Amino acid sequence: MSATLRILKAGPGASVQDIGRHGFLHFGVTPAGPMDAGAFLAATLAAGDAKGAGVEASLGGLELAAEGGEIGLAIAGGGFDVRLDARALPPACVMKLVPGGRLSVRAAAAGAWVYLAPFGRFDLPLILGSYATHARSGLGGLEGRMLRAGDALEIVDPRPAPVEPMEILAPWLGAHRAKLRVMLGPQQDYFSPETIATLLSARWRLSERSDRMAYRLEGPNLQHLSGHDIVSDGAAFGAIQIPGDGAPLVLMADRQPTGGYPKIATVIGADLGALAQARPGDFVEFEAVSWEQAVTARRARALSIEAGVTLEPVLRTEFSAEFLLGRNLVGGVVDGRET
Amino acid sequence: MAPSRLRAAGMSAPRYLDAGEAALSVEFGDSVDPQINARVLALDAALREAKLAGIEELVPTYRALMIHYEPLTILRDELVKALESLVLQGASAFAPKARWHVPCCYDPALAEDIVEAARVLGLTPERLAALHASGSYRAYMYGFAPGWCYLGGLPPSLASPRRASPRGPTPPGAVLIGGGLSLIAANPMPTGWYVIGRTPERLFALEREPALLIEPGDAVRFEPIDAATFFALEARGGIIAKREVLAKREVLA
Repeated sequence: MSATLRILKAGPGASVQDIGRHGFLHFGVTPAGPMDAGAFLAATLAAGDAKGAGVEASLGGLELAAEGGEIGLAIAGGGFDVRLDARALPPACVMKLVPGGRLSVRAAAAGAWVYLAPFGRFDLPLILGSYATHARSGLGGLEGRMLRAGDALEIVDPRPAPVEPMEILAPWLGAHRAKLRVMLGPQQDYFSPETIATLLSARWRLSERSDRMAYRLEGPNLQHLSGHDIVSDGAAFGAIQIPGDGAPLVLMADRQPTGGYPKIATVIGADLGALAQARPGDFVEFEAVSWEQAVTARRARALSIEAGVTLEPVLRTEFSAEFLLGRNLVGGVVDGRET
Repeated sequence: MAPSRLRAAGMSAPRYLDAGEAALSVEFGDSVDPQINARVLALDAALREAKLAGIEELVPTYRALMIHYEPLTILRDELVKALESLVLQGASAFAPKARWHVPCCYDPALAEDIVEAARVLGLTPERLAALHASGSYRAYMYGFAPGWCYLGGLPPSLASPRRASPRGPTPPGAVLIGGGLSLIAANPMPTGWYVIGRTPERLFALEREPALLIEPGDAVRFEPIDAATFFALEARGGIIAKREVLAKREVLA
């Protein structure tokens, strides 16, 4: 019998995602996919399938149980509080959930999205080649909708997971930047130099009215030179769109493929994860970079991801002296985080 | 140089606008115009044909082609260089591959807003239906939601202002007018346009292969059907044979 991942509790914003539904953008089909693709990849790489699916959860958190068998899970995201029964685990870790056990993932000091990738595959249908949920159009994931308490995700083709919890080390995880880098455009000529200067000098507060579709920014009003309606054109992940009310909207994973407002700038790929992990109430700032600088950052991140994740044993207070001794003998550096 | 060759051919050079480091918008104009859209669609077709490594998605819109690409595979300059030779062929290179004959019922019982739209336009509902069915359309682009296909070619007398406030979710297969365009809306969504017809065809049906029918650039005509035919076709397309395509696809040379 295969094991089933049971959702015991789910806050709003939990869904099944994979790297996204690509190849249908010209038919109006949004790719969806993870809000923080880097954190998602840390989880799926650790779970042994970079192309696999996982559960994305948000500030509302998630509680899970395994039924009918044990389930290996890799967890990574913003700095969430991860507990296996009473035991605190690192925010990025792999662990095994056994029947009778309970895993809880809750928002902690920072971060807005967390990913749980199974050592195995969800027994869900591929929709246009993808498991990604786009709830607005009812596509993908579990019945095209967000996850809720009581849902069951059957795991097939299980892969072996480490017996003891391990910490995931992924150098690109949680890379914080004081300022998010943007490239101006595609429609910066709809704005005066002063307005662009305001975009780049203001502290922007992330609004509570932010979701997978767009992050709304609160701050100074950004006025268009003339008119806010443009003939719709393509819209990229990270595009900063300025609607008629002058309050910037950054288009995120669930954006529409096209948009009808001028896009003053676009957050570069390397910084989309950091933006996604900002929470309502957090402040973000922007700095403009060139295409070359953006690509240099993209290359550095790609090389880092190519090197993959490493797993380290989790040091815990109840470890035996023998274990600690053995660990030092093999030359590992003892991580004091969990002591 | 490519720009001078474009000028010699009577065409303006497109603008290459970065949308971040991994997307480039090739903008041919700033209005909804069949000639501008033909250049967009010609480049879309040429680029799909060219199969350049690093091109991930192409999204044609009314007046621009959005190219999502991987800059670690193809540099922006290499991409623009390839585009500069492809745009030389201009709008005349655009030719629709197919013409779809889409059944459409204009009966007010199904076409929820046709009476209201006719009043706004100063026409009778029958005249509005006849004019709409006489149009020769082109799929300009998809946008807004999966299978929402925006059509150019609406007879000018049917150009309408947007509704003052959006109407509720469209029925499945809604045929709408708004501004100077028509639209076939696969999935129910609220809209500021008028529902002036309904097709039993499903532009987006996951259980069917292909799931999506009309390609951007395809020609579209509407074939009026009465309500009884609508329900009969809907039963065939929706329940009895889910994989059946109701609209006729005429291959164009």
